[in-house]
Amino acid sequence: MYRYILNRLLLSIPTLIGAAALVFILMRMIPGDICVVRLGSGGSINPASVANCHAQLGLDRSLFLQFVDFIVGFAAGDFGTSMWSGKPVIQEIATRIPVSLEIALLATIVAVLIAIPLGTISALHQNSWLDHVVRTVAIAGIATPSFWLGIMSILMVLEVSHLVTGAPWMPPIDYVSLWDDPLRNLSIVILPAVTIGYRYSAVTMRMTRSAMLEVLREDYIRTARAKGLVEHLVVNRHALQNALLPVVTLIGIEFAFLIGGLVVTEQVFNLNGIGRLFVLAVQNQDYTLTQALVMLTVAIFVVTNLVVDVLYAWLDPRIRFG
Amino acid sequence: MTAIANDPPEIRRSWTQAARLFVRRQPLGTFGLVIVVVAAIAGLSAEWIAPYSPTANDFAAMTEPPSLAHWLGTDQFGRDLLSRIIYGARTALIIGFVSAFVGGFAGLVLGVGSAYFGGWIDLVLQRVMDILMAFPLIIMALAVVAIFGTGVQNVIAAITIPLIPRCARVVRASALAIREVPYIDAARTSGFGHARIILRHMVPNVVAPFLIMLTAFVGQAILAEASLSYLGLGVQEPTPAWGLMLQGGAEEYASTAPWIAIFPGIAIALTVFGFSLFGDALRDAIDPKLRER
Amino acid sequence: MKTRTGVLTAGLSIVLTAALAAAPAMAQTPKKGGTLTYMIPADAPPSLDGHKENTFATLHATAPFYSTLIAINPDNPASSTDFVCDLCTEMPKPTDDGKTYTFKIRKGVKFHDGTPLTAADVALSWQYIVHPPKGVSSARESYMVMVDTVTSPDPETVVFKLKFATGAFLPALSDPYAYIYKKETLEKDPTWFEKNVMGSGPFKFSAYETGQSMKGVRNPDYYHAGQPYLDGFTAIFAAKQSVRVDAIRADRAATEFRGMPPSARDELVKELGDKVTVQTGDWNCVNLLTPNQKKKPFDDVRVRRAMALAIDPWKGAPALSKIATVHTVGGLVFPGSPLAATKEELQKIVGFGPDIEKSRAEARKLLKEAGAEGLKFELMNRNVDQPYKFVATWAIDEWSKIGLKVTQKVLPTGPFYDALRSGGFEVAVEFNCQNMVNPLLDVAKVLPRSVYPENYGGYEDPKLIELYDTMLKEPDPAKQREKMRAFETYALDTQVDTIMTPWWERIIVHRSYMKGWKISPSHYLNLNLANIWLDK
Repeated sequence: MYRYILNRLLLSIPTLIGAAALVFILMRMIPGDICVVRLGSGGSINPASVANCHAQLGLDRSLFLQFVDFIVGFAAGDFGTSMWSGKPVIQEIATRIPVSLEIALLATIVAVLIAIPLGTISALHQNSWLDHVVRTVAIAGIATPSFWLGIMSILMVLEVSHLVTGAPWMPPIDYVSLWDDPLRNLSIVILPAVTIGYRYSAVTMRMTRSAMLEVLREDYIRTARAKGLVEHLVVNRHALQNALLPVVTLIGIEFAFLIGGLVVTEQVFNLNGIGRLFVLAVQNQDYTLTQALVMLTVAIFVVTNLVVDVLYAWLDPRIRFG
Repeated sequence: MTAIANDPPEIRRSWTQAARLFVRRQPLGTFGLVIVVVAAIAGLSAEWIAPYSPTANDFAAMTEPPSLAHWLGTDQFGRDLLSRIIYGARTALIIGFVSAFVGGFAGLVLGVGSAYFGGWIDLVLQRVMDILMAFPLIIMALAVVAIFGTGVQNVIAAITIPLIPRCARVVRASALAIREVPYIDAARTSGFGHARIILRHMVPNVVAPFLIMLTAFVGQAILAEASLSYLGLGVQEPTPAWGLMLQGGAEEYASTAPWIAIFPGIAIALTVFGFSLFGDALRDAIDPKLRER
Repeated sequence: MKTRTGVLTAGLSIVLTAALAAAPAMAQTPKKGGTLTYMIPADAPPSLDGHKENTFATLHATAPFYSTLIAINPDNPASSTDFVCDLCTEMPKPTDDGKTYTFKIRKGVKFHDGTPLTAADVALSWQYIVHPPKGVSSARESYMVMVDTVTSPDPETVVFKLKFATGAFLPALSDPYAYIYKKETLEKDPTWFEKNVMGSGPFKFSAYETGQSMKGVRNPDYYHAGQPYLDGFTAIFAAKQSVRVDAIRADRAATEFRGMPPSARDELVKELGDKVTVQTGDWNCVNLLTPNQKKKPFDDVRVRRAMALAIDPWKGAPALSKIATVHTVGGLVFPGSPLAATKEELQKIVGFGPDIEKSRAEARKLLKEAGAEGLKFELMNRNVDQPYKFVATWAIDEWSKIGLKVTQKVLPTGPFYDALRSGGFEVAVEFNCQNMVNPLLDVAKVLPRSVYPENYGGYEDPKLIELYDTMLKEPDPAKQREKMRAFETYALDTQVDTIMTPWWERIIVHRSYMKGWKISPSHYLNLNLANIWLDK
């Protein structure tokens, strides 16, 4: 077990280095650079100030030196400073983590609360009208563009509140932390969490259903039923517990992918989170910040995958580590 | 070789019988198929069925609500929405199918190759797939578009790349399971070439999960185009494309001219919905034990 | 207000239309108190330093904290020629044949930390803007080319000596980014203002949430008596337009100070009626369609002429104004300026003709002669919706009417500028958008790159430069106007170096309880919030 974990961790090193090289090269292949973006956004771009800016940011060094600097820094846990704001990258990220994490967690809770019961019911009544309805709702969640859903949901809140109270209402557009003002905070995060959570739950619901269906066909379930066990016991104690394995996997993997969902959703709801920071970092061609954010995402992805695999093995004794 | 001869013989059904069975067993899937077919017909015959040119501005008819002249109304440039949606089906399907097929086949080749050869090839390929898989899509897309610009083919490239590792993973897993089956060994010891073993024995066995994934990819690619459009990185005006129509329309006219925001959104959701339903049904029909990944 | 001394430096030129609703506000006595929440339609700027940054996001977040030497008249911001003192006591008359300007600085002005502001602070701030020391960058160095020296002979006097007399100096001096910093701090650490705020303006810094919001509170020691009226302000960065419209609708914010598209105005007026007030006016911004003359066949003036002839601005502008932030047909000069061409003058220029069918027939003939019938090319554009993509979509449709097949290529800011600078484009949607209305300097945009680094047309043209020079140095306003016509005709008609699209329209929708603020022809002006009050 420990050997397995160690092995997997070792294997993640080439992944991290590869991702580092990829982001490094991609970012520098984009024409223009942060100095052009910064100086070009209004007045004149004079060549001397561009050169000055390059020197200040160390962009006049050789690519090899820049890469070594990045890798060594990363290995030592030093991400450097953002080329855009001049502030430490860690600080830039730390300011934005709470919103994103809160929404991600809330979305996961929403997803699990909706997905597992509905998925189970859907499987137990396979091909009934109930099953069709649940599946339709689930697939609709996957099929609807999330930004569209977001825009429409704000609009709906506005219209409904306008109709009911006579004054249009929408959540505040500046974030406050949960500790400072819990009510205000919740009113801000609930819509984005539900928007993301819907899609998330749709994926999870489908997985729960198909995993459940498969387990219900297994011999031991038939045996349990034949023994005359009460149905809800069969479902809860035997079937669901085993069907949860792939569902847990999926929840884990999707959680790592949530960053992608946040990119668009944070724009729609004007949230100052990691997703928006990501878009900004790339748009501003802020190499240091983009690199750090990519490495962070890749690291989260690697760790989540590992955790899921270990959890999987722990939950299912049939899997042994080779 | 004998292993193949001993496979249980397929129960031969006529094509119409199979279709009837599919319709009866998979009503939702059939519904999905109908949507897909309608979209395909719209896309293929846009020139003949669209009532107006999708790009001609008409300043005398800007943001007009649905009427007899314009069934779905007009957009901010006075362009007929129905015509743009019909032509948009073509763009969507081109993006969807090309991304799915290119991404899928690249994944198929890499996945099967990885599983068949194993060893260090597998190890290296898997690490590369890991990198592509973990790498944020947005960066990839922004980079592709920033480097090459926003043409349809570049949008396709941006969407295709992340599909490759996902397909390769699933295919590899399915192929690995077969690699250990005795008949592959038998084939190998009989001196058959790699290509023949892969094509004749491994590929047919991964076709089922592969096809199911392809249908899912088409839908995902159409959605990805919409998201890229929202960030301003998708297909550009005046090309009729659903994601693009939604980007300008949904943001600016959701309240004053809601038809501009609603119809392209419905077109996207319905088409992706159709592909997903059809894909699910296909999965159940081909192999009820297959799980989605 | 009464303490400010206004000077009208040129003839009346108010062509702007201010909303009717703004007029009654004048009669009311301002109420004190309240916090104004407004949005900044951008993501957070790289730094808070007005001297270094070009983005309006910096200005919209920090202008309320700072004083400037002079400013446009906040009670008459629509005028491009009405300047008033902010830190000075009286607008000076130039001496030395218009080459020396001597300003007297107000007494008793204090920075927010309580230390007094003197002429030395003003002079050093301006020295850093005009001639930044090595290692310090100034974004507006090139606008101040006419300035030779800035000195402060005593604690109450600042003297600007110019290299040559020019009407472009005062507008340039009213630059809203020209914050007066503390001498001591600036000398010790010129980068200090990038992350910190220390000014003498109507509001004191209170909090900055990186990437999210800026907050300020009233400066009780402000030198304009009675001002500011607000207790404080909150500025929230909101880059997405749908968020901003929704936020005004739900009263999460009172307004934004850049400009909204017509669709947003229509929606807000429809939903909120008289709870919102709309102010509109011409905007000192314009999109230009610039062919790259280093690429064939755009080196052929017949092709460029045909491209200009195909577009009908007279029919296009009123239609576009319903969907995009553009409004007025104009030439090189901002339509609100006395230097601008009249309609009759414009109609003599190619692409502004009154008969579009005739123009298009001529365009087709020119294309045929040039062997460029059915020409296909790529129009490079910036990843900005309003009005860039609208203008481009319109132009592409107009061009299709003479058989040109044009596709649009949209790039993010960095790659867009890179392609402009390296000449990697065929035709580009450019923009010319300056802080202050200063047509004499603004029209320099069309000068060849050897003279104006931001020109991307890829041409050299000594005659154009000569026409500009004689126009710039002409002291007589009437003659200067004539010379401007010659320059404009040569650039737009003889050479067709660029094709003008309609000038932008600035539409500000604000909650009607926000009073005292008036629209200006630039989103860089009139932003210190000192005269705004809330009628709640």
